[in-house]
Amino acid sequence: MAAPAQAGQEAAPAHKHPYHLVDPSPWPLIGSFAGGALVLGIILNAHYGTRWLLILGVLGVLFTMAGWWRDVIKESQTPGLHTPVVRLGLRYGMMLFIASEVMFFVAFFWAYFHFALYPEHVSGATTPTWPPQGVKTFDPLHLPLLNTLILLLSGCTVTWAHHGILHGDKRTAVSGLALTVLLGILFTAIQAYEYASAPFPFAGGGIYSSTFFLATGFHGFHVIVGTLFLLVCLVRAAAGHFTPEKHFGFEAAAWYWHFVDVVWLFLFVSIYVFGAGEIAHH
Amino acid sequence: MAHAAHAHHDHAPGFVKRWLFSTNHKDIGTLYILFSVVAAIVGIALSVLMRIELQQPGMQIFADGQMWNTYVSAHGLIMVFFVIMPALIGGFGNWFVPIMIGAPDMAFPRLNNISFWLLVPAFLLLVASLFVGEGPGAGWTIYPPLSDSTYHPSPAMDMALFSLHLAGASSILGAANFITTILNMRAPGMTLHKMPLFVWAILVTAFLLLLAVPVLGGAITMLITDRNFGTAFFRPEGGGDPVLFQHLFWFFGHPEVYIMILPAFGIISHVISTFSRKPVFGYLGMAYAMVAIGVVGFVVWAHHMYTSGIDVDTRAYFMAATLVIAVPTGVKIFSWIATMWGGSIRFETPMLFAIGFIFLFTIGGVTGVVLANASITQILHNTYYVVAHFHYVLSLGAVFGIYAGIYYWIGKMSGRQYPEKLGKIHFWLTFIGVNLTFFPMHFLGNQGMPRRYPDYADAMWGWNLISSIGSYISVVSFLFFFYVMYVTFRRGEQAAPNYWGEGATTLEWQVSSPPPFHTFEELPRIR
Repeated sequence: MAAPAQAGQEAAPAHKHPYHLVDPSPWPLIGSFAGGALVLGIILNAHYGTRWLLILGVLGVLFTMAGWWRDVIKESQTPGLHTPVVRLGLRYGMMLFIASEVMFFVAFFWAYFHFALYPEHVSGATTPTWPPQGVKTFDPLHLPLLNTLILLLSGCTVTWAHHGILHGDKRTAVSGLALTVLLGILFTAIQAYEYASAPFPFAGGGIYSSTFFLATGFHGFHVIVGTLFLLVCLVRAAAGHFTPEKHFGFEAAAWYWHFVDVVWLFLFVSIYVFGAGEIAHH
Repeated sequence: MAHAAHAHHDHAPGFVKRWLFSTNHKDIGTLYILFSVVAAIVGIALSVLMRIELQQPGMQIFADGQMWNTYVSAHGLIMVFFVIMPALIGGFGNWFVPIMIGAPDMAFPRLNNISFWLLVPAFLLLVASLFVGEGPGAGWTIYPPLSDSTYHPSPAMDMALFSLHLAGASSILGAANFITTILNMRAPGMTLHKMPLFVWAILVTAFLLLLAVPVLGGAITMLITDRNFGTAFFRPEGGGDPVLFQHLFWFFGHPEVYIMILPAFGIISHVISTFSRKPVFGYLGMAYAMVAIGVVGFVVWAHHMYTSGIDVDTRAYFMAATLVIAVPTGVKIFSWIATMWGGSIRFETPMLFAIGFIFLFTIGGVTGVVLANASITQILHNTYYVVAHFHYVLSLGAVFGIYAGIYYWIGKMSGRQYPEKLGKIHFWLTFIGVNLTFFPMHFLGNQGMPRRYPDYADAMWGWNLISSIGSYISVVSFLFFFYVMYVTFRRGEQAAPNYWGEGATTLEWQVSSPPPFHTFEELPRIR
């Protein structure tokens, strides 16, 4: 692996312009067809119980991600490629990606509020209420509040790690990141426990459980992705990839983590607190 | 490996690296255009089969209504996601946005390539779904309950939905790439207010894609889980509401129609200005009119849902908001006319298509103003009047934009100029064909002919016959287009860097035809 760029002095780019012209890469082609195999695999699995294409697709997508991002990390370590203006572009890219993710969650919040704010939209209800009659919900001040505190705390630890990087303090960066990853895993574990003890089923559970599980489920998936992203940053921080001037990979992970955190706050307030009905005890 | 290619700048890599592993915006743009042409062959073939069926009353060639529905749906989805968008955004956007802002490539060249390649499995899935079970016959709007597992139990509908997921991922990644490129890679002096209008068009389009497509992604995800995994978002038996899907779909779907037309607006501005040998009239107004259309386009979605049972006050709001869009659109139409006013106009093929665009898009825009009225749409909803309206703005609007772009830039992209006489013949064949196809549909709609039916009352035969004849002329014109391209590539004259002369002022006219593999080794300075 090439030596990391020295702090304070940037290598000159190879052209008379500051942009990074990327070499030809097999990953987009492989990734596209792996994505195609993945979705066709989901269909085959749902309709016929056939698993092999789904497994192949998932492995192909993971393989592509690993190979592609390995190349990006290599390029970031190669002097002259990730110039300041290229790093600015990467920031734009991550911001825009998160914006599109926000809009993805808008769809699920829209579905939720379509019924929660207008219970008359719930088909077949004799008295329009939210949650629908007969649905028992979680106590928002129990595990959901604990998870809220865990995510907020993880927002603090990731900022702590950021300060470590900015001060060139590798030990702080690594321990801050390690704590963040652990808190992420803890959140996922608690969420899994909550799902397992849910007072309503996923399949056939009606509109309440549909909106609940897809909104919180996609959030949970994003927590797992964010945790993996932070885990990669933890390894990279330990390997000394981040300098006080140049650590965009970490920043992207931190932004993503904060986005996941904010989505949770909206979920907590609107689904768990606002949407709380008769509390299920177990 | 990371610097290997930089050692020998102007040599294109070998075939596999160049066309399969590409990271070059011009090559990826070419791939997009070729892909769009292949998809157009399928999409047009489906439409001609539909016109053969409708040429006479009674069932002609289709087995049943479901087969018809499947063809209608596939025609719509293919034309929207695999013809118009890849040609305008992926094709011309990739080719000319970096050159016009003086950048050597896109911001994320590898991401650019996956945006293209995702379309290939997406298209294959959609086409394959036509041969599975009952096919995906719920229209391009895929409304439940028709798209639900009750009425479409086979995997075909899931294949179509996942095809949209892949195409959507392609669009979102492409959009982030274009926005980053335009905001971060403009050459020194290329301020936003000096940026060519085509770049403005792609910028607004990319924002619409970035914010609208994920909502479609959420909606079809819910549809997929409703179909396969037991959720009840749109299933009344579980408390769900099918109208929710219509809201989510059209929150995407309405910006989507601007996604298809805004890049064509950009191309038309360049063509009109070039062949009038005048700068565009009201440049800033033209740019911000597109921004206004993009913004207002997000708050008018329910005008597609006037008959879905939504509240009368809601309809009043959506009607008023929709009519507002006519204002910035009018700014564009009148500014194009004002650009031509007093210019020394040359009627080359791109200009013919551009003037055709203004004329036909205005007709489609005017019927749009009619349909914006909630009360009138109680009667016209789901009639051929609507079909006529959106084909005037898309089939005749966006497609004329594509043709104008091809004739305007083919010499730049290929290095060979098209034969002018054949180009003009192609224009007139197309113009006559599409108008003969779609104008009678207004009358059919007013007679009450509903869309998405393979049969109709005998009294509607006359205009249907004329429409079908028009469709055959359109197919001849499409085949003739291939002949024009064949002559261009076999016998076309070598194109000079600026073969349109003084009216063509943007940066692509300052580089050779075709441009070098890497366009700007040294950044141009814009005064």
